[in-house]
Amino acid sequence: MNIVVCIKQVPDTTDVKIDRNTNTLIRSGVKSIINPYDTHAIELGLQIREKLGGKVVVISMGPPQVIDSLKEAVSMGVDDVILLSDRAFAGADTLATSYTLAEAIKSIGNVDLVICGKQAIDGDTAQVGPGIAEHLNTPHTTYVNELCNINSANITVKRMIEGGYEKVEMDLPALITVVKEVNEVRFPSIRGILRSREIDVPIWTSKDLNIDFTKIGLDGSPTQVVSVSTPQINTQTEIFTGNAKEQVHKLLEALNEQKIF
Amino acid sequence: MDYFLTEKQQIIRDLCHRISQEKIKPVVQEYDESGEFPWEIMDILAKSDIFRVFIPEKYDGLGGGIFEMSLATEELSRVCSGIALGFAATGLGSMPILLFGNESQKQKYMTKVADGTIAAFALTEAEAGSDASNMKTTAEKDGDYYVLNGVKQWITNGGVADIYTVIAMTDKNKGSRGATAFIVEKGTPGFSFGVKENKMGIRASTTMELIFENCRIHKDQVLARPGMGYIVALKTLDRTRPGVGAQAVGIAQGAIDVCLKYSREREQFGQPISNFQAIRHMLADMSMQTEAARALVYAAARMIDSGAKDISKESAMCKCFAGDVAMKVTTDAVQIFGGYGYMKDYPVEKMMRDAKITQIYEGTNQIQRDVIASNLWKK
Ligand SMILES: Cc1cc2nc3c(=O)[nH]c(=O)nc-3n(C[C@H](O)[C@H](O)[C@H](O)COP(=O)(O)OP(=O)(O)OC[C@H]3O[C@@H](n4cnc5c(N)ncnc54)[C@H](O)[C@@H]3O)c2cc1C
Repeated sequence: MNIVVCIKQVPDTTDVKIDRNTNTLIRSGVKSIINPYDTHAIELGLQIREKLGGKVVVISMGPPQVIDSLKEAVSMGVDDVILLSDRAFAGADTLATSYTLAEAIKSIGNVDLVICGKQAIDGDTAQVGPGIAEHLNTPHTTYVNELCNINSANITVKRMIEGGYEKVEMDLPALITVVKEVNEVRFPSIRGILRSREIDVPIWTSKDLNIDFTKIGLDGSPTQVVSVSTPQINTQTEIFTGNAKEQVHKLLEALNEQKIF
Repeated sequence: MDYFLTEKQQIIRDLCHRISQEKIKPVVQEYDESGEFPWEIMDILAKSDIFRVFIPEKYDGLGGGIFEMSLATEELSRVCSGIALGFAATGLGSMPILLFGNESQKQKYMTKVADGTIAAFALTEAEAGSDASNMKTTAEKDGDYYVLNGVKQWITNGGVADIYTVIAMTDKNKGSRGATAFIVEKGTPGFSFGVKENKMGIRASTTMELIFENCRIHKDQVLARPGMGYIVALKTLDRTRPGVGAQAVGIAQGAIDVCLKYSREREQFGQPISNFQAIRHMLADMSMQTEAARALVYAAARMIDSGAKDISKESAMCKCFAGDVAMKVTTDAVQIFGGYGYMKDYPVEKMMRDAKITQIYEGTNQIQRDVIASNLWKK
């Protein structure tokens, strides 16, 4: 079973702040992590390999600093990693990104299963996974929360839908995107960490891929972000004073005034 | 203090720290109360290669030694020394094989330990504690087999381990030269388990009786030679005592960790108790003593790993000193927490209960002082 897992490096949103003047993320000092859903995708890839043998290759498109995230994947035990990095890839929307990743997967060749996280926590689009499947012309299933069965010919999964789940069987090759419930992510191993320190992460540029240059990067992106803004937060706080009885009284008055009850 | 750890040693320490914080911390109280064996944590340690740290590369290990075993034990013990013992006692149980096993025994068993198979070491009996020579378990020769009969008591990892090193008398007339060490696998006919002890501390560690009733062990399972059982036991314990020392250092450090936090949060007389000199000096002493214990444990472990032969004194010193420090530091930690420290809702009463064992097992601290003293006049 040859598995490709696509990961994205994202800012750790637990400590992300937005610059109110420029409406952009303040990236300095913010830790970069593997998109949390993607770590579950890696884990699933490793579990399938443990059952069926084969190889797990992790790919990511991004700037050179993404090497750190790919090394983290190595420390978890994946076989190979590839970074797709080129100025020509920059500014890609979800269409151009999924096209580029799909071309890389074609170049790897003989891939039976592609696994992605359900979405990236920075963009929240959930489009890249299905986009890759379309470019590869393979079936796909999103929001997978359980792998029921997999063999060399097909895969059966459960996907979350509102109020329940669907059980889906697909022929391989196929693509799935996973939610966190699908598994618990392992810790790195010492041997994995040692290997990750030594490995030279291969970098593929646009020249290494057999691609249509009009479909990548900013020029290949039909959607472009015009502006980003944050909602104004108008919270007025009032702290009631007095003893407990008085405070409760004032609180009730305030709630009545606002017609909350 | 900087101990100049190698890159690999830092990785071991950091990974054990992460596992402790993320996976062990949330379940410490649960296991302390239930006394169940923490299989889920052992599984994580195994998958993360922690069981490999003290095993040569030849047997799928990472090529470290007692120092690496101690580092992992210390870091895990900082959060739960009972859970850490599932790992550390596997080191003790497999050390005789590593030290005295022949090539095929090492290939067969050490590779399994590297993968996370639990091991145990069985010397103690009801009437043979400090005086191990008083053991009653016998192993009578019968053709290619030895027939084991007797009961081993208080065996850490008993019942959960798959691999046991068992010391039994093959020739009573020869006294201490009449003991032999055997590798016994769980599931061998005639080998069963008795009571599981209900303990004061390290409750996540399983302590059990091993019962041998006409248990037939093939002679290929003998470690070293017949009659070398005591030497196997003593040389093993000389090498694993820094592990107990490291466990003690971990417990003490864990107590300091929580005291530093608590003493800043708890206010009396309108200020954090960390402002009071009485508390500050107690914490200074606790830190000093723990660092001294750590330095001694690391030095002894490194000395052992260097291949030094005469190690009994240093090994006894580090275990004894660190055990006494852990007891004192955790007692003071309860004092710093005051009444809250006495309550199960706070972590320090457990640490105090856990610390006590480090003064008792692998030779009581009285016996360690005997060992140290008897070496003082040696040249
Ligand atoms: C939780 C736990 C886990 C254990 N795990 C294992 C294990 O995995 N494998 C194993 O083989 N054993 C194990 N043991 C046994 C442990 O090693 C013994 O308890 C220890 O060696 C002391 O023996 P004893 O308890 O019989 O005490 P005793 O020998 O009866 O000692 C009682 C007291 O007398 C003192 N004393 C005895 N002899 C002397 C002397 N000559 N000079 C001065 N003082 C003396 C002792 O220091 C102690 O204070 C474990 C014990 C416990 C409690």
